[in-house]
Amino acid sequence: MIFTLSIYIVTTALLLLSFFKNKTKTKIALRKSWRSFENILPQFLSVLMLIGIILSILSPETISMLLGKDSGWFGVASASLIGSITLIPGFIAFPLASALLKSGAAYAQIAAFISTLMMVGVVTFPMEIKFFGKKSTLIRNSFAFVFSILIAVIIEAVLE
Amino acid sequence: MKYKIKHIIKKYRFFFILLTVNFALLTYDFSLGANAFKLTGVNLLEMLSILPPVFILLGLLDVWVDKALMIKLTGEGSGLKGALIAFLIGSLAAGPLYAAFPIAGVMLKKSSKFSNVIIFLGAWSTTKVPMLIFEASSMGVKFTVLRFLLNLPVIVLIAVIMEKMLSKEEKTEIYEKAEKL
Repeated sequence: MIFTLSIYIVTTALLLLSFFKNKTKTKIALRKSWRSFENILPQFLSVLMLIGIILSILSPETISMLLGKDSGWFGVASASLIGSITLIPGFIAFPLASALLKSGAAYAQIAAFISTLMMVGVVTFPMEIKFFGKKSTLIRNSFAFVFSILIAVIIEAVLE
Repeated sequence: MKYKIKHIIKKYRFFFILLTVNFALLTYDFSLGANAFKLTGVNLLEMLSILPPVFILLGLLDVWVDKALMIKLTGEGSGLKGALIAFLIGSLAAGPLYAAFPIAGVMLKKSSKFSNVIIFLGAWSTTKVPMLIFEASSMGVKFTVLRFLLNLPVIVLIAVIMEKMLSKEEKTEIYEKAEKL
């Protein structure tokens, strides 16, 4: 609550500052804000709905079996693979991750999913290769994958 | 008008499908369906309470951060300052990782240092400020801070490793590639 409140205060202050410095730019900024929000809204609503449906059907026991503490390396590995392959925007991944955590998933598995989702992009390989070439793309993604798992293990150790 | 409605239906088709599924669930097992609706509602309210400032920040950053100038400051010999600026361009950005590649291409074209371009990519993928705020609101401040702190060295490490693992010729090739795009 305090966190949300302070974000609102800072944003309002920055918005006012921007408005006093340049009205036109501020209007453009707000239009961009609205457009990016509107862009993500359909997927956003869908995923919230999907989370609702899945969590009401799957029991916490099932989720914790697949992604909980006892899923161990198998859970971490499958979470990392899913994170690497899929292309999910953060605005959709974080609510999902948080919902899974609340219903029995463990930190290591969820952190592995989030980390690989952010850093490793199998689907975007062709695009990355176009700019950086094969070798560079392969090196960046492989190290990103390995470090993601490392980060996940450390997060688990600290937060549990 | 007709076009507009069609457009909205197409855009929200997954949502409508899921809505139908949820209603079907309601008729199949009332408490199950009601629970799904309740979960969706609670999550929606929670998310909507943080989204306005996140998106306003996103728009403000987009308008006020002068990317062209920052790219100019990340060239060979820009040292720690260049690396820091590359990190800032990535962190103050908005959009998915694939939107970062064209900008990385511009950086290469303007002869930013190779490791700085990789630092930019790393920051873009993991430490974007509006996304960090959103992350903290859904995953908790502790998780977010910890992940952020762990990612900082990783971003630098990957840049260093890549600078070392790619030969001079390979890097020249990448720069030439960017020139052609």
